[in-house]
Amino acid sequence: MVYLDHASAMPVDPRVLAYLRDHGDALCGNPSSLHSVGLAARRELEAARGRVAALINAPVSSSIVFTAGATEANNLAIRGTAERNQKHGKTIAVSAIEHISIINPAKYLVKQGFELATVPVDADGLVSPDVLAGLMTPDTTVVSINYANDEIGTIEPVRELARLVHEEEHRYLHVNATAAGGRIPIDVQSDEIDLLTLSSSDLGGPRGAGALYVAPGVRLQTVMPGGGQERGLRSGTENLPAIAGMGEAARIAGGEMEQESRRQQKIRDALIAGIGGIGETYLTGHPRLRLPNHASFRFGRIEGESILLNMDTLFGIQVATGSACTSQTLEPSHVLLAIGLTHEEAHGSMIMTTGRDTAEEAAPGVIDAVRQTVERLRALSPL
Amino acid sequence: MKDSPQIGYSKKVMDHFMNPRNVGVIEDADGIGTVGNPVCGDQMEVSIKVEGDRIVDIRFRTFGCGSAIATASMVTELAKGLTIEEALRITRDDVATELEGLPPRKMHCSNLAADALHRAIEDYRAKQAGGSRGAPD
Repeated sequence: MVYLDHASAMPVDPRVLAYLRDHGDALCGNPSSLHSVGLAARRELEAARGRVAALINAPVSSSIVFTAGATEANNLAIRGTAERNQKHGKTIAVSAIEHISIINPAKYLVKQGFELATVPVDADGLVSPDVLAGLMTPDTTVVSINYANDEIGTIEPVRELARLVHEEEHRYLHVNATAAGGRIPIDVQSDEIDLLTLSSSDLGGPRGAGALYVAPGVRLQTVMPGGGQERGLRSGTENLPAIAGMGEAARIAGGEMEQESRRQQKIRDALIAGIGGIGETYLTGHPRLRLPNHASFRFGRIEGESILLNMDTLFGIQVATGSACTSQTLEPSHVLLAIGLTHEEAHGSMIMTTGRDTAEEAAPGVIDAVRQTVERLRALSPL
Repeated sequence: MKDSPQIGYSKKVMDHFMNPRNVGVIEDADGIGTVGNPVCGDQMEVSIKVEGDRIVDIRFRTFGCGSAIATASMVTELAKGLTIEEALRITRDDVATELEGLPPRKMHCSNLAADALHRAIEDYRAKQAGGSRGAPD
């Protein structure tokens, strides 16, 4: 079996599991309790906060707000910031390739009377600074651009975009770094990022935890009122086992990023070179500015779900697709349409994302499996 | 069907997806039917050879998802050897039932095989009626 769908779900790193086993006693208390069991839990919570802060070079660990996942962090960032700052403006700008957990909160805000500006991307998935500059108005308070895209791998020029966003006071840049976190170096200070989303699962931690970095001075309001945990921004007793696991995963990812990304990039480049050599096959996303673990393609005359099924059943290789046939809405991926693909082209997409458990030796076999899959399905195709 | 919705494809769908029956095009077909289009993500083509009043050969080609391939394969198996009248009575539901069910959201979009078969029969009848051209899509 070769699992190449790490963007959908990552296996928990065995070292994270070992950490949780070793610290089990400290993880059972409530960090809000004042007794010794609660204090032990509080220490674990704050240690995790420090580890996540270090991964993105946050200026203070208190700028990390733990949530139940990236979707919740994105909701807090978009809704919490737009609603809190509406006296300064009521327009939000969101790139056309954002995750659905950003697009849908943005649509929710539209129903509440906000304006939504969609920032287009070019054929490689890049947001152009000029285009963004032309779209923002003095009414724009929140801009959301992903650090890197999970479907096409493209890495955005975040630093350049942040400078433009900050030409206006009371305008904030939110960056979804779910796909980029732990894979490429992120420095929220030199990138001048105001809000940044991370997911535990994408770092190799357990599901059920995420984090929103909130730069000092950025004002937002909660979308989850309650007992006032997490500086009042995310109420509810902290999911400490998941959060502690996220902290340990962030520490491991930060320490290994350079060598691990270099290793996975070799696999990525082998996949792109080999699969790209199959006829009528095209890379999706940027050829150079892309995540080290991400190889995505589209194939002419065949459909993505049947590619996925064939790869899984015949070769034991798990991949993803942006084809309509695998989505709940039966619409192809909005990301693929945003980079200018037709519906027909978008149906033939395949996404491969590697992880720490992906062996370099796997690449030739995977390339061969893709070649056979494409040949078999094309032999069935009337196109 | 039970209370819970079907998760994934049945064994029979996977069998027809992995080992599709009657793939290809009949060179001198008596009727050809095409339904769907690549924009929707599914396109099927069924060609038939008719002797007397009976479908003696039938082939398909499909661009589309697993169920689109499996339903087309299944309809060729169901229709082979039937008279034209019998083949016209094959419905989308028959195809889905023979495949031991399809996931609910696949019932409409990729269950077009019976339609493709019916188109092929219409085409055959149009040619029989004297026109040498196939029926329009």
